[in-house]
Amino acid sequence: MDELIQYGPFLAEGFLENIKLALVAGVISLIFGTVLVSMRVSPTPVLRAAGTIYVNVVRNTPLTLVLAFSALGLSDTLGLTFSTVPRVNSFWVVGLGLAAYTSAFVCEALRSGINTVPLGQAEAARSIGLTFMQSLTLIILPQAFRSVIAPLGSVMIAMIKNTTVATAGGYLADAAANMKEVFDTTGASIPIFLGIVLAFMAVTLPVGYFTGWLARRLAVVR
Amino acid sequence: MSTTSVLFDAPGPRARVRNGLLTVVSIIAVGAVLYGIYRGFDAKGQWEGRIWEPFIRWETWDVYIIPGLIGTLRAAAVAAVLALVFGAVFGLARLSDHAWIRVPAGLVVEVFRAIPLLLLIFFIFYLLPTVMGGGDYAFIAVVLGLTLYNGSVLAEVVRAGVLSVPKGQSEAAYAVGMRKNQVMRLVLLPQAVTAMMPAIVSQLVVLLKDTALGYIIAYVDLLNTGFKILPAAFFGSLIPAAIVIGVIYVALNMALSAFATWLEKRSRRSRKTAAPPVAPPGPAAVPMGPATPGRTALEGME
Amino acid sequence: MRFRRLSAAVGAAGLLVAGLAACGGDKTYATVLEKVQDGGTVVVGTKWDQPSLGLKKGAEPEGFDVDVAKAVLKEMNGGKDVQITWKESASSNREPFLQNGTVDIIFATYSITEARKQKVTFGGPYVVAHQDVMVRGNDTSISTPQDLKGKRICKAAGSNSYKRITDPPPDGQLDLDAQLVDAANYSECVQKLQGNNLDAVTTDDLILAGFAKQAAASGGQFKVLGQPFTDEKYGVGLKKGDTKTCEAVNAAIKKLWDNGTMKQLQEKWFGGIQGLKLTESAPPAEGCA
Repeated sequence: MDELIQYGPFLAEGFLENIKLALVAGVISLIFGTVLVSMRVSPTPVLRAAGTIYVNVVRNTPLTLVLAFSALGLSDTLGLTFSTVPRVNSFWVVGLGLAAYTSAFVCEALRSGINTVPLGQAEAARSIGLTFMQSLTLIILPQAFRSVIAPLGSVMIAMIKNTTVATAGGYLADAAANMKEVFDTTGASIPIFLGIVLAFMAVTLPVGYFTGWLARRLAVVR
Repeated sequence: MSTTSVLFDAPGPRARVRNGLLTVVSIIAVGAVLYGIYRGFDAKGQWEGRIWEPFIRWETWDVYIIPGLIGTLRAAAVAAVLALVFGAVFGLARLSDHAWIRVPAGLVVEVFRAIPLLLLIFFIFYLLPTVMGGGDYAFIAVVLGLTLYNGSVLAEVVRAGVLSVPKGQSEAAYAVGMRKNQVMRLVLLPQAVTAMMPAIVSQLVVLLKDTALGYIIAYVDLLNTGFKILPAAFFGSLIPAAIVIGVIYVALNMALSAFATWLEKRSRRSRKTAAPPVAPPGPAAVPMGPATPGRTALEGME
Repeated sequence: MRFRRLSAAVGAAGLLVAGLAACGGDKTYATVLEKVQDGGTVVVGTKWDQPSLGLKKGAEPEGFDVDVAKAVLKEMNGGKDVQITWKESASSNREPFLQNGTVDIIFATYSITEARKQKVTFGGPYVVAHQDVMVRGNDTSISTPQDLKGKRICKAAGSNSYKRITDPPPDGQLDLDAQLVDAANYSECVQKLQGNNLDAVTTDDLILAGFAKQAAASGGQFKVLGQPFTDEKYGVGLKKGDTKTCEAVNAAIKKLWDNGTMKQLQEKWFGGIQGLKLTESAPPAEGCA
């Protein structure tokens, strides 16, 4: 227990980084995932193919490697920099990598949501003269979003847990990195492990219940 | 059939022109992105023959990549078998009529699903030596971590699979005088297994992908030998190594995913089961019935 | 039918677990020295990703540490070859590996420090390295370690070398305001240095020399400043309390210095690198504790 008190602030600092990463990745992945799904259902075969290839490649690559690519490829090689302070830059690079990975899953969640929107909705939209973009943004996606709130919640929970892989993208400040550093000096400490686990559960469980509640509340009655 | 055809009409002459234009524009856009990446890498000399040359030599594969691949597959295979056992045991335990079995099993499953896998692997790696004395625990830590997490997810799959068998099946079985054990063994499970198969295989893809986390505790896997040791031996080959290793992972996982898709089609055709295919329950505490959309969405996350 | 197959799988898994548990029925020895002299297979930890020190090439790693390990063990066994299993021991794994008995003995750029002495018994030192700085060959803005102020330096996961630059004593030394760039390991540091994503890599000169030599062989250009500012006594890591083996290791190291083997090995791996000062004579033994 003493270790938890002694290293508590250090670990809490790390955990805060996980939360910040999760927020960044969450917002970007929702946006990017929506763009991807629009590509995947669009009338243009090239965009459909590009979206499909992206999703399949990213989904089948270990996150560790996606983050390494983000750091070495996007940032170091292609020169994408967010800040001249290396730490801050790494944060955004990892956040972006995590978002790139998560958006593939967001896209798939939304796509399966689109599948649940009854045919009649799309037909009705077209018959009153809405274009593809209009029927997508006004009719289909709003309904699709509602029906995939619970699965999206699951994707977000997985993403929150995935922030612990940040080390692979060269960001050594999160709870996992800090926990490893502490374990290197103290050895395995059950209180510390449980403390971090409880902290994660304190975030993931409410997200799960909130999205579950929201899903029931907003369910489209058909 | 597909949703795409529902969202837009069969194009008329004007729409066809517009689609053609859009196609051209998007080809240019996609091409520009790819070309930008190509040029960026080129500017940093990442396409130089010298740094790619190691990958056409047999020794590179023999010394680095193949031993790592074996490490990855070994951990994945052992963890897959153990996770299936864990999933079967805890999944059925959660369906038990006795609360003293059902509640603890539910607790175990929920907790292990909520712990970030990497932290779990770290913890086991550091804990085992203090409990069990000396030895090399990297392999066991990876396997145990993967087993506990994926086993818990599989437990949910098993539970959902059994629950997805229509009630009439078990009622009929009880009516002809079967015992509880017989009903489960002879009627429910055989049908549930068929329904669960695709979800199980897609969880195994997750498991295979997650072996890469072993890299962080220096387990000798594909990522370790291919991405850490290999670039140290060949100066400058870090990015080529990342690309080659990435291609291998994607190929492996796509093969497994293709197998999952094939199984799903097959089980959908099959008339042996009365249960609809089961959705993978996702990585955390979101209750999802078989009717919830998004099963493909969660394949492979984390 | 399907269920029977499932139960077969469960059975197979049970066997597998039993098999795993049955492993490790090896003969046990009180000290590593006994193991060496009894003809047992010794598990030696080295780096696998450090050119010229310990780099996995083929079935075995190769490099200075690897050659020293072979020579020391052979000396301990009265001149007879010892069977060795090589095990990668990254910086962050060295103490746990020794404590857990994953490896018997470690030769892996392992600096003897007071903090580590609490957990590890060190034989040696067998060589003294010095912290130095490596920059791009065409970078003229850094010529002394003090020039690192405001520059981007590498922080490799599990290594504390950066503290010497950024922190004041006792933890550090120079207390300069340098920016830290995180990297997973030193080869990533070197890659980032090459790609101009950081300005300097600072750690032991032998490690830097290994990278510089490797880069020079394939067209890269790095220079080591040749301005050492610390002493890093490379020791032989042993399980805490194994003083018997430690004494034998020290005797072997002394012998290897006396008969010129150590000098010869240094020449073999680090000969002719500019700015690098090699250890000339046997560093005084630290004593086993």
